[in-house]
Amino acid sequence: MKKFFYSKKIAPYVFICPFVITVLLFWLVPICNGVLLSFQDVLKNKWVGFDNYSRLLTDKVFRRALWNSFKYMTGTLVLLIPFPLLFATMLNSRWIKKTEFFKSVYFIPALTSVVVAGTIFRLMFGESATSLFNQVLAVFGVSPVKWLKGAGTSFFALLLLACWRWTGVNILYFLAGLQSIPTDLYEAASIDGASGWQQFVKISVPLVKPTTVYVLTISVYAGLSMFLESNMLFKGNNSPNNIGLTIVGYLYRQGVEKRALGYACAVGLILLLVVMAVNLIQLKVTGTFEEGRD
Amino acid sequence: MNRSIKNRVVTGSFYFIFTLLAVGIFLPIWVLFIASFKPGGDLLQYGLNLDLNCARMNLDNYILLFSGQHEYWKWFFNSISLTVITVLGTLIISSFVGYGFAAYDFKGKKFLFILVLLILSIPLEVVMLPLYKQISSWKMMDSYTAIVLPFLAHASTIFFFRQYLLSIPRSLMEAGRIDGATEYGIFYRLIVPLMKPAFSAMAILNGMNAWNNYLWPLLVIRSSEKYTLTLGLNTLINPYGDNYSLLIVGSVFSVIPIFLLFVAFQKYFIEGMMAGAVKG
Repeated sequence: MKKFFYSKKIAPYVFICPFVITVLLFWLVPICNGVLLSFQDVLKNKWVGFDNYSRLLTDKVFRRALWNSFKYMTGTLVLLIPFPLLFATMLNSRWIKKTEFFKSVYFIPALTSVVVAGTIFRLMFGESATSLFNQVLAVFGVSPVKWLKGAGTSFFALLLLACWRWTGVNILYFLAGLQSIPTDLYEAASIDGASGWQQFVKISVPLVKPTTVYVLTISVYAGLSMFLESNMLFKGNNSPNNIGLTIVGYLYRQGVEKRALGYACAVGLILLLVVMAVNLIQLKVTGTFEEGRD
Repeated sequence: MNRSIKNRVVTGSFYFIFTLLAVGIFLPIWVLFIASFKPGGDLLQYGLNLDLNCARMNLDNYILLFSGQHEYWKWFFNSISLTVITVLGTLIISSFVGYGFAAYDFKGKKFLFILVLLILSIPLEVVMLPLYKQISSWKMMDSYTAIVLPFLAHASTIFFFRQYLLSIPRSLMEAGRIDGATEYGIFYRLIVPLMKPAFSAMAILNGMNAWNNYLWPLLVIRSSEKYTLTLGLNTLINPYGDNYSLLIVGSVFSVIPIFLLFVAFQKYFIEGMMAGAVKG
């Protein structure tokens, strides 16, 4: 028995075993249960077929949540990919030498928890004329705004929170990618008379693509499953007219607050499908599959 | 334009832009820090801002934190113990699995590794509710086991260890076998000592995530004496009473341990965070 356990054939399976158990118990079983639950009305303890799903199709609040999550994801993609890439290129250029200090400072927001970060931003976007962002408005002669009551202004607050937390990390991702590009490419280009901007567009952007695809993937994932940021900013899951409600926020509301577990599981599975679909489209468009085939 | 002047202008404007960005990024931290010297009631009334009104600023919040009647330090030490358990458990289990993937060729390896990558791309929120139901049917609610156990074999940590171990030549393991070491002995005696940098990076990353973890503990933990720091701080966010004093100074102190670790082990923070970005 001991010999069996110690043999080179069996050892790999012993090493992998904790992962297999984890996958089965904590991923596969819950996902299957989620599928089963999504066909039930858990409170009444009965099977309802596709009722939960057909209800979702006509659920205006869910549509709102979907829209909010997509809007947020798009916003973070637009802000948290081009700008960090540009900043990283600048930090990586020969114009600037002492970059360690900047890199450290930019990383700091990633150390904070959502609870702390969200609370800081909620209070900076306070309604009173003395909150930081209303003071900034006052400098330009604009009267105080109820930031977290309006759809547009609260979306701005959410995006700013996301940018604050992740700009630095994304800069570091892109820096790592840029540093793996051989410098002689840039040298050759500048001998041929290419400007800094041309080098950025023709060399940096295409060669840093694997990093871009990675950042894109995690941003899609994080954007579509965002919940806590909004929960902290709006001090709970209930925002005026659901302006801050996200897919996961709706899942939480239905499953935890209203105890409609079946309905919430249907929301969860939709989220799973959406994340998978968006990622597939994204990988297809960026051509990652083709590269993998080479 | 003269070339060296142009260079200097570009360099100067780059430094200007990055200094501006650094100020902007540091601003919320600074605002939080100075707020910790202001009365909690002011925060509710005025919001967070840059005002430095020395007459109203004092150490009352800090006195409250260290000598007041509250559960803050209980949450703090709960978070520390939960973080330590999480980090130790995750490192042991995930390095074990990562080694399995890196050191052996076996039937089903490819399929299982695809599973690792697949799990990396599924948001926890998708399985959160069924998992919660399962945990409660196992009578594991309100326990730290339920917070830690599902994530000991942690996909991204496994992935990192596997990548790291791929660079260790298999001839080393072969040499161990010739010397008569068992498969597990090779891992513990030969490989683990080589993994120190990888362990450091993952300890920091997992430690930070455990310290800041909120959503899953929120579902699992019921009794207030088991609250972690993030859960506890969140209970202070209600407009009744003077909780904001403790909330702000408590927030400052919740960031401090991570901040000190960051100053000391900056390299590992960044390495751990960068782990997922596989270079093409």
